[in-house]
Amino acid sequence: MSKENNKYLINGEKGKWEVVIGLEVHAQVTSNSKLFSGSSTKFGAEPNTQVSLVDSAFPGMLPVINEYCVQQAVKTGLGLNAKINTYSVFDRKNYFYADLPQGYQISQYKNPIVGEGKITLDLAEGPKTIGIERLHLEQDAGKSIHDLDPSNTYVDLNRSGVALMEIVSKPDLRSPDEVNAYIKKLRSIMRYLGTCDGNMQEGSLRADVNISVRKEGDKKLGTRCEIKNVNSIKFMQMAITYEAQRQVELLESGKTIDQETRLFDTKKNETRSMRSKEDAHDYRYFPDPDLLPLNLDKKLIESLKKNLPELPDQKKERFIKDYSLTTYEANVLVAEKETSDYFEEVVKTSDIKLAKNWIMGDLFASLNNKNISISQSPVTAKKMSQLINSISTGVISGRTAKEVFEEMKETGEEPNKIIEQKGLQQKSDPKELEKIIDKILTDNIDKVDQYKSGKDKLFGFFVGQVMKFSGGKANPQLVNEILKKKLK
Amino acid sequence: MSDITKRSLTEIVDLIKKKEIKSEELTQSFINNINSDKKLNTFITNCSEQALEKAKNFDENPNYESLLSGVPIAVKDLFCTQSVKTTAGSKMLENFIPNYESTITSNLWKEGAFLLGKLNCDEYAMGSSNETSYYGNVINPIAENTVPGGSSGGSASALAANLTPTTIGTDTGGSIRQPASFTGTVGLKPTYGLCSRWGIVAFASSLDQAGPMTKTVEDCALMLEAMAGFDEKDSTSINKNKENYSKKLTNNIRGLKIGIPKEYRVDEMPKEIDQLWEKGKKILKESGAEIIDISLPHTKYALPTYYIVAPAEASSNLARYDGVKYGFRSSKGNNLIEMYENTRSEGFGDEVKRRILIGTYVLSSGYYDAYYIKAQKIRQLIKSDFDQSFKKVDAILTPSTPSSAFKIGEKKDDPISMYLNDIFTVPVNLAGIPAISIPAGTDSNNYPLGLQFIGKPLDEQKLLNIAFAAEKKINFKQNLQRWWEK
Repeated sequence: MSKENNKYLINGEKGKWEVVIGLEVHAQVTSNSKLFSGSSTKFGAEPNTQVSLVDSAFPGMLPVINEYCVQQAVKTGLGLNAKINTYSVFDRKNYFYADLPQGYQISQYKNPIVGEGKITLDLAEGPKTIGIERLHLEQDAGKSIHDLDPSNTYVDLNRSGVALMEIVSKPDLRSPDEVNAYIKKLRSIMRYLGTCDGNMQEGSLRADVNISVRKEGDKKLGTRCEIKNVNSIKFMQMAITYEAQRQVELLESGKTIDQETRLFDTKKNETRSMRSKEDAHDYRYFPDPDLLPLNLDKKLIESLKKNLPELPDQKKERFIKDYSLTTYEANVLVAEKETSDYFEEVVKTSDIKLAKNWIMGDLFASLNNKNISISQSPVTAKKMSQLINSISTGVISGRTAKEVFEEMKETGEEPNKIIEQKGLQQKSDPKELEKIIDKILTDNIDKVDQYKSGKDKLFGFFVGQVMKFSGGKANPQLVNEILKKKLK
Repeated sequence: MSDITKRSLTEIVDLIKKKEIKSEELTQSFINNINSDKKLNTFITNCSEQALEKAKNFDENPNYESLLSGVPIAVKDLFCTQSVKTTAGSKMLENFIPNYESTITSNLWKEGAFLLGKLNCDEYAMGSSNETSYYGNVINPIAENTVPGGSSGGSASALAANLTPTTIGTDTGGSIRQPASFTGTVGLKPTYGLCSRWGIVAFASSLDQAGPMTKTVEDCALMLEAMAGFDEKDSTSINKNKENYSKKLTNNIRGLKIGIPKEYRVDEMPKEIDQLWEKGKKILKESGAEIIDISLPHTKYALPTYYIVAPAEASSNLARYDGVKYGFRSSKGNNLIEMYENTRSEGFGDEVKRRILIGTYVLSSGYYDAYYIKAQKIRQLIKSDFDQSFKKVDAILTPSTPSSAFKIGEKKDDPISMYLNDIFTVPVNLAGIPAISIPAGTDSNNYPLGLQFIGKPLDEQKLLNIAFAAEKKINFKQNLQRWWEK
């Protein structure tokens, strides 16, 4: 592999290969109830406790569309700058599986609710636009549990019928890094919109990865393989790296790629064949006769558009403009809506430069350490603002602030209280400081002489002595000023 | 009082409301008939005990304000009934007891009726002779060796034999009208979406429609009034106000235009059917209606279209019967696939399997466009034929079936000949429009023959009025010897 001119290429024995990737992301719609039934969608409930007669496909049961899920899909489409189709159709995708109670999945095939759109990725080498092919609504299946019993499979239908958005990208991605940026951006947009929580651990975001390779400079796409159901960005990247290499080796040894579906084995870090094109299911799609075509009111679309929240790209531009942030800083701060909210709350009452440095520095480090999100942080925006303000007003030094923060991140205590209880306020009274400095200079008269005869470096020694004597609380700026005056 | 079970539903309701008969006595009379029936095989589940209980409760605390106060009703075993076994005529659901009640039966119970039993039908409503039921074929009370038609054959026979005062069926391609025609009773297939499909075991979702089966047109109006209504649980349900069909019923059809479609005069149609049709025209003329010749040019494609669309939907609708969640599960098989195969091989009968295979085939990649898509296009043409005609006429008159009731076993092994029996009924389902069959005469065997009136969407009232006028003039009298009690 090499990264020439920022291009991700695979160095084969016979040349350089480009990797072409398209993603089908399955994003769980944030909604209280399922796509076609009133059952709860809450994660983590006891097995089979959130299952209605519709979800378990009892005889005579009929699906009724959840309008909120439709609105969520439209919002997501708008967030992806996509065409919203006022006419869309639900189809049945027929196949047998134990965790698919109806024997078919209700999905959208020929007429999806959302058409072409685009996402802009903020890559190190600059922005890149990735095309969106379509977004459609579909039902999730239940869950088969194979490891509870050696000879039986258990089925949990809590997830059966939960609304998913399948978001299909164009084959515009070219590297594992771009895949990482794409998923993160997509996730960020949906979280801003409140249409998908993007929680990969709970399976709210999963992807099928389509990969092919072609000789650098070729225009024609190679034969692709689809890697099914990868549930973390890290695994997607590992799967792509492995699969691209596998395809290059096959092609270079004169073989061809079979169009097939593959699985990624996370333990062995390899992909392996699941089924070939010949064995591919014939899903026998046809329009679901239990549901009428979905006709969207243009007024509804307009009103959803009007009420769309500020999205990451817009917010980024605003942050750069309003807060004089660099593109990098703005990207970091807007990636998560909660982070941007936090930042904005802090800068409402505090210095911007200190705020961004503290948030992106100490705060992020502590969150990473504890593996918690910013909304779970014991150091709330309000407390962070208080801490920063006590630096700006000279109550404590930057160094003392670190000490205060150490305690805040453990206890969540207000910085003012910590400063007061521990007596950490800086000594900023010039008369008091003068007294200390006079004493230091008297005690070290020999050093004063050396300094005056040209040993400039000793200035630091005096400062250090003053700080030591004041227990670190002396205002360093004042100390510098007074010392310079006295040592003239 | 003369045999109450011979009375019409309207008369029975009237007698109850006038307190001339108690619900318990009424119910007991029907139970006596059910118990003395040794041959018709109409009931899959007998609910006599619960029905008597309900009747007593009604008598103790009567409410005379409802449409069906104190009336016991047996229903086709395709309607899911709470705590009462619902089989759909299949082994697959032999022990299936729903914990929910279909909207249609709920509507009946809300109007004061209660369940008398569950009636035999073709397996998953797939059949035209009630010979595909896992619970044995139903016999037509008109003669011991005849079929009652299908798929609502149990309903039609039970009604004709006075085992229930009225009943309900479902009609996907003629399953109400053809058995009504074969048994000398009245059957209405409403506009698609007028009666909720929620809680009815699905056969072909875009065609299935529940409807009343009654002794008289007046009864039919009363039952439709009780059944129809918007249901938010069925996305294809039509949102419209309830109609008082029975109150508005009139035999004044003066000035209405009735179309006679030339395409319904098929080859090999028995002369008797033709004569019946002529009789129908004459009667309508006498009632002041105008007879107009019309053309429904795509009629000949209706049957092949139906036998693509219905099996396609059925193949998908019946996928849920896989032995995993409820119903029959084969004990054989070492893995999931084998369990599926054995369950479905043992649980479904031949006709159901045939239709699942046809449906799977026509939806398969490579055949989808040639069959399913083409059939959908023709379906549109058939619908537009009717739309065009209804610009000229108020209703259409045709025979209900190309023959009277045939012999048991006569067509069992010849599916094409069996399917041809639906030739006059399927276009209506494809177009989603209403049609009613009324008894209009008999053939040389003295077997009943039916006439069908086809109406505009949601024009049930006019259809009932025309049928009501015709019924009065025809004055059909069913006079069955109760041979099945011997």
